[in-house]
Amino acid sequence: MSDEHAHHTNYVKIWAILLVLLVISVLGPMLEIRVVTLITAFGIACVKAYMVVKNFMHLNLAPRFVTYIVVTSLIFMLLFFAGTAPDVMQHEGSGWEKPAWKQAAADHAAGVTGGHGEHH
Amino acid sequence: MRPIATTRSTAGLPTGLLAVWWVVVSEIVIFGGLLASYIMHRLAHDAWTAEAAHTNTWIGAFNTFVLLTSSLTAVLAHQAAEQGNGRKAARLLWMTVGGAVTFVTVKAIEWTTEIQAGYTLTSSTFWSFYYTAAGLHALHVIAGAIIMIFVATAAAKNRELHRVELIGIYWHFVDVVWIFLFPLLYIAK
Repeated sequence: MSDEHAHHTNYVKIWAILLVLLVISVLGPMLEIRVVTLITAFGIACVKAYMVVKNFMHLNLAPRFVTYIVVTSLIFMLLFFAGTAPDVMQHEGSGWEKPAWKQAAADHAAGVTGGHGEHH
Repeated sequence: MRPIATTRSTAGLPTGLLAVWWVVVSEIVIFGGLLASYIMHRLAHDAWTAEAAHTNTWIGAFNTFVLLTSSLTAVLAHQAAEQGNGRKAARLLWMTVGGAVTFVTVKAIEWTTEIQAGYTLTSSTFWSFYYTAAGLHALHVIAGAIIMIFVATAAAKNRELHRVELIGIYWHFVDVVWIFLFPLLYIAK
């Protein structure tokens, strides 16, 4: 952290903004509107994470290659998701099915709660 | 950029700092894999909405407040260390440890309540993810607090002040992980 950056960064102000964003992320989903929930919960989570990484972890002051390795790790996460989600998220495919998952989906559609012991 | 650490330097930044960033990157893959798995299962199971409804949003929000505040004290400790004020840095690090203790205590109370209500690690896949993700994160909080105690003890004697920044970066990462766990486990209902 450079002296100039340390002098100019108002950490308390950043913390206060993070708290305001926290309040919004809690109150937004209470409207029970899907788009608002996505924006206020997950959109704001991304903003909060960016603020912490930039202002508290000082990633922007580290050599550029540090950003590259961080981004690379995030890309690995996306590759993992893209490679496995097509199978994991399907309940059935060509020559295979997940009976327990299909049953759980049917129960949910029928309004059956299943209790604490359900496995799906 | 004028780093505190004056020990061996590789790749243009102090060795310790490089090592911590590698730790963070490794942790992104660990938590990223876990969260990606959770998200794809969550999207595939509408029934999880009902299960997630049993998590306590207010407790999650309080713990988010605690971690954000502990990140503030951690970065202020770093700032104090930059100014060569080891005693102040140590004091702020102890406040951060206090935040960690508060977080884990609240988490313990929360889990006790949920387990007593019948929601355990084996109740369903949702609760398995819940306890695994939150539990792995809590272990990181505990590990960070223990390391911070050693760093604070040395900092109080104005020794190894560069370590204040290193434990701070780790701590902020633990905060970032929780920033994503909070909406995933407590808000998406």
